[in-house]
Amino acid sequence: MANLNSLTIAQAKEKLKKKEISSTELTKACLDRIKKLQEKLNVFVTITEKEALDRARKADEELKNGSDLPLLGIPIAVKDNFCTMGVRTTASSKVLDDFIPPYESTVTQKLKNAGMVMLGKTNMDAWAHGSSTETSDYGPTLNPWNTKHLPGGSSGGSAAATAADMSIGSIGSETAGSIRQPASWCGVIGLKPTYGRVSRYGVVAMGSSLDSPGPITKSVEDAALILEIIAGHDPMDATTSSLPVPKYTTSIGKSDKKLRIGISKNYLEGVDNKVIKVFEDTKKLFEKLGHTFVELELFNPKYAIDVYTILQRSEVSSNLARYDGIRYGNDRSFFGEEAKRRIMLGTFTLSSGYYDAYYKKAQKVRTIIIKDFDEAFKKVDFILAPTGPTPALVLGASEGQSMFGELADVLVEPSSIAGLTGINLPAGFSNDGLPIGMQLIGPQFSEPGIISIGYEFEKETEFLRERKPNL
Amino acid sequence: MKPVIGLEVHVELKTKSKMFCGCSADYFGQKPNTHTCPVCLGLPGALPVPNKTAIEWCVMLGMALNCNIPLFSKFDRKNYFYPDLAKGYQISQYDEPFCLAGNIKLDSGKIIGITRVHMEEDTGKLIHETVDEQEVTLIDFNRSGVPLVEIVTEPDFDNAKDVRDYLQKLQQIVRYLGISNADMEKGDMRLEPNISLSSDGKLPNYKVEVKNINSFRFVEKAIDYEIKRQTEILERKEAPVQETRGWNDVKQKTVSQRTKEEASDYRYFPEPDIPPLRWTNEILENFRKQIPELPNAIKDRFIKDYGISEYDAEIITREKESADFFEEAVAIGEKHNINPKSIANYIINKKINAKEALPADLIKTIISSSTYASMDSSKIKKVVAQVLKENPQATEDFKTGKTQALQFLIGKTMAKLKEKIEAKVIIEEINKIIK
Repeated sequence: MANLNSLTIAQAKEKLKKKEISSTELTKACLDRIKKLQEKLNVFVTITEKEALDRARKADEELKNGSDLPLLGIPIAVKDNFCTMGVRTTASSKVLDDFIPPYESTVTQKLKNAGMVMLGKTNMDAWAHGSSTETSDYGPTLNPWNTKHLPGGSSGGSAAATAADMSIGSIGSETAGSIRQPASWCGVIGLKPTYGRVSRYGVVAMGSSLDSPGPITKSVEDAALILEIIAGHDPMDATTSSLPVPKYTTSIGKSDKKLRIGISKNYLEGVDNKVIKVFEDTKKLFEKLGHTFVELELFNPKYAIDVYTILQRSEVSSNLARYDGIRYGNDRSFFGEEAKRRIMLGTFTLSSGYYDAYYKKAQKVRTIIIKDFDEAFKKVDFILAPTGPTPALVLGASEGQSMFGELADVLVEPSSIAGLTGINLPAGFSNDGLPIGMQLIGPQFSEPGIISIGYEFEKETEFLRERKPNL
Repeated sequence: MKPVIGLEVHVELKTKSKMFCGCSADYFGQKPNTHTCPVCLGLPGALPVPNKTAIEWCVMLGMALNCNIPLFSKFDRKNYFYPDLAKGYQISQYDEPFCLAGNIKLDSGKIIGITRVHMEEDTGKLIHETVDEQEVTLIDFNRSGVPLVEIVTEPDFDNAKDVRDYLQKLQQIVRYLGISNADMEKGDMRLEPNISLSSDGKLPNYKVEVKNINSFRFVEKAIDYEIKRQTEILERKEAPVQETRGWNDVKQKTVSQRTKEEASDYRYFPEPDIPPLRWTNEILENFRKQIPELPNAIKDRFIKDYGISEYDAEIITREKESADFFEEAVAIGEKHNINPKSIANYIINKKINAKEALPADLIKTIISSSTYASMDSSKIKKVVAQVLKENPQATEDFKTGKTQALQFLIGKTMAKLKEKIEAKVIIEEINKIIK
């Protein structure tokens, strides 16, 4: 039998239900793996071993009593920007080095209510400002597939934890790429829900009009399972949708529909050949499954970089104003270079005299991008594109590159700006053994369809999952 | 030289909970930092959810001030640093407030334009204290996030008296709507006049703002002081500085706090945590229906329907309670043939406290005190004469100075009249007949 920590959520649930394993065994397996790899990969900022084992023991009791909570006894790693009551939450910034939240984020509360065993808090780019996890004040996380490479980010810790089987599944958050891009670089599933589908309450704010929490998992089914738990209207978040939450897990295996999938040439411009090759393979596979492709001319994604940069920096400059040194212990001198850069740029773009030229104009272009996607989704069901232009870059790649993240995220930024949902599907490997991911982008609230077609693709590419990082 | 004066007034609403969280907004006199939560403390990740009632009240105030209510409105962030500002920004409204372009009519007949009425949140409070022999500043966040409405006028005033009249009217309207106690002492209403002088009738190119005044009297004083100060500067052929000043009541003068150069750039932008608000005409109509009759309208009606003087009507409608009390009393009084005028007189002369008294009791009192007037005096005379005749012994006793005899005669008279009537009226009659 494979190591318990390499199970998917669905597999682990099955075994727990059949009493083949206990939550304590499962949790211990994950903790052992974490102990073995933490020093090497630097995946966690905080490991909550004792709490995890206590929860696992209780879960075993509850399992014995016949409880069927959807996540009962399943060890999960949580990105360190989710406030967890009584457990240090730093957003990987030393400004919050000893911040212990007196309250729980809605997402982690829902996961706890569902029976999750939280293993700890995962590393990320400080304040989620980045796409490498290299800007963490607690040091970079390394890619489990090749430790000379970056895991991507900002949810790099959560993606690495999932890929390295340190957790059964993980929680990340995406502003523009922070779930899909690290999932792609680490070869796991990353589902970015529609903006407003999952509550932001208790998630340390980055770009408030974009932030979307979501799952990073080993399978599409697991992503559906977690989304089902965390999605929904939250009275504490005025931007959450009141649309009812579908039972996403019922979309698994329901893929008899033949779909129209859009592709846009400008999403392939400047993309690495290795990635293009996987893109072509992916296209062929979808065609083999009976889906048809439609050529689109989407609004060039390079403009999304400008829009995203201005909007997000503006919001960041305001969101970080509360860390003024009066509370939380550490003052503003503890901000890293990237946060300072973003505060300055955002302050500038909101300044009187510049607001119209930058912020307001960016909002207008945002509207154009939204309309562009609206038009596209009249012609197609989903859009297929590479998740990122390259496989995982090497350590140090982000240094001195203030626009590193934006370039790495060029292919996910337009859909984030439009508040759409998207999923990263592991689709192949480069010759040097780095995972390459493709994304499917769908209209707002099309998660059931994304899950359905994602699962169909996953079934056809089982061979990819036979490969594991050599750790 | 003509004074050009505009006014910004902040009114704290008396909603049960705060503007963006569920904490109690009733912070006055409470132990510091006991009415707080992650939202009003601005903790990482906490999000604001707007208070429906506060927004409705803001819109209703705008309607009461004859404002236009745009169908689209939004909240914005006003970014600035201050230790009492938990998030580093205040949620306010910038270019699309709830209410625009209203007006208010003063007693003088002058109409003051209302530029806008918008919704925002209050800040925490700094407390400067000595703790362990160290001078420290403490922060109390109980007030943080309490709903505030800001009412901004056009620069339509030219004297302090009109400003005072405006403030009284505004206070009255707010109280009639029941949306704020508008209690000056508790800081429910904060006043900021801006004053400048124009020599040519045009808007001057500077203005002096006097911040955070908490009394109508001080506003009057500050305005008069500023008019005098700025006149002197202009007479010296100098230009007054655009600045923010404060009223110092000890020195009886305004003092400079901040000049234009130090003014902040608030970097307003739409609050991404709160979706924009869209009204329908049906919803707005529903709000309009909930607005009670307002003091000016009631005053006019009282004069017209009840024939009371403008002076009396003004006093009686100053507070909603006394206006309601008056109307109820009038309704009861009608059955007893007591006219509204005498009810108004009685309320004003006897300084009846409408919050404690009952209208029915008031009418009873008026009846008992005014029976003489309403009861036929010849009837009293006849009955008294009859009583004296029937009780010669008592009459004699009274003549020789026995007071007990008088009480006896009064009792007999009252019994025959079958109505309660003031004793002194009977005594007068007895004396008249005997003498």
